[in-house]
Amino acid sequence: MGSSGGNLCASSQFIREKVRGDGNLTRLAATWTGIRFWLLLFWVNRLFKTFVFGIILGLFGTGALAYFAPVIDIHRERSLIEVQPNGGNIEEYRINLPRDRIMVGLAGSKGSLPAGLDWPGADRLGDTQAEIFKVRNRDNAVIGVASRLASSADSTGSFIEWALHFPARGTLYTQMALAPSPEGFRTGVMRARHSRFPRPFRDDERAFRRRQGWR
Amino acid sequence: MKYLISLLVGTLLGATLFLLGLYYNPFVGQASVSPLAVSDTPVIDLIYSAVPGESILYTNNGESTIAPFPDRVGELWEPAIVDTSAWVTELRSSRGEWVGIGIKFSSPSEQTRIVHGEAMANSVWHIYLPEKGTFLIDQTENYWTYLRDVVIPAYWSSSDNWRGTYHSIMTNGPGSLGTARLTGGSGMYADLISEAVESRTARGYSSTVGPISMSGSLSVAISNTEVVNAE
Repeated sequence: MGSSGGNLCASSQFIREKVRGDGNLTRLAATWTGIRFWLLLFWVNRLFKTFVFGIILGLFGTGALAYFAPVIDIHRERSLIEVQPNGGNIEEYRINLPRDRIMVGLAGSKGSLPAGLDWPGADRLGDTQAEIFKVRNRDNAVIGVASRLASSADSTGSFIEWALHFPARGTLYTQMALAPSPEGFRTGVMRARHSRFPRPFRDDERAFRRRQGWR
Repeated sequence: MKYLISLLVGTLLGATLFLLGLYYNPFVGQASVSPLAVSDTPVIDLIYSAVPGESILYTNNGESTIAPFPDRVGELWEPAIVDTSAWVTELRSSRGEWVGIGIKFSSPSEQTRIVHGEAMANSVWHIYLPEKGTFLIDQTENYWTYLRDVVIPAYWSSSDNWRGTYHSIMTNGPGSLGTARLTGGSGMYADLISEAVESRTARGYSSTVGPISMSGSLSVAISNTEVVNAE
């Protein structure tokens, strides 16, 4: 009984394998027939050829367009840069007050801008003043935006600093002296410059001298 | 004539196939785990709401889907800054405690390459943490997966909104590991040079008003000395 059952199982297995094998053959034949049909259609029917050519054109055309056409094209104003006699460049930025001021945040002040600004209270920010401006070049064209933070908190030490952001050019981060000069200017130190703002000439010169083996 | 129509239909089909391939490209993705997670340096998290109406101030050109806030804020309509946005927001710790304010400027980058799945933006954070100090974070962000998984589905939806769970690292550089550059300004962060990573978590987006439920996180690597001082 056991042997007979075993033979029966083996027969079933054999049948299943055969059916599976036949199924594969059937699928292969169907696929080959399909390929032959489409090849025939392609070679015989000129309309279908044009259609297939259109698909290829659409694929490659859109690909080329997506690859080569600029998705982002930012408007640029001319850079107005002066070269200093002893190295380095000077670029002058201007802010016209009050029209270029977008925000003034100062706790407890009625002069906060814009109206409806919900600025955190003095218990959190103390006398910290935050401002946002539009920045112009020497020709009075807007070229970027800037934020100014100022505080006289003991915990951090007094500071006045600017972050300037110029689309398509980069960012400058400066810290200013607390006291203005007698001429009315406030000097500062550039802490960071990013993206397309070049490193100062002196740094480049040092690197060049190192490469040349000069002292 | 029938050949021309056939060519046009084929071209349209080809273009559609290309766009579908671009949209569903399985080889394009962004990390959801911060590169700083494997760093030995202690990391502080600064959490903010990415919904403009919940921030202190948000402004752009005034014609985008996301409306400036508050209503009477000046708009950035000049040609050079027409695609730039400015954002002022409160920052909280990972435990929800108020820790400071952040000002973010963001503008689209000309390095955007849709074929490569890169919708890039240049952005900068100017951050003040009372009792601690100030610093600047400069980064490039990739918005491709955010657009693909959140914004476009919201526009396709018949109800004009998207609901789900989205989390992704937005920072793409300029650091070699896809981290942002941090430059210390004042206080305990003076002279600090470090790295940061920004991520975004979204749960709701409307194609008519923009983000409905969305938060962002800045992970900032701080050396041991600064963390001890902060405590």
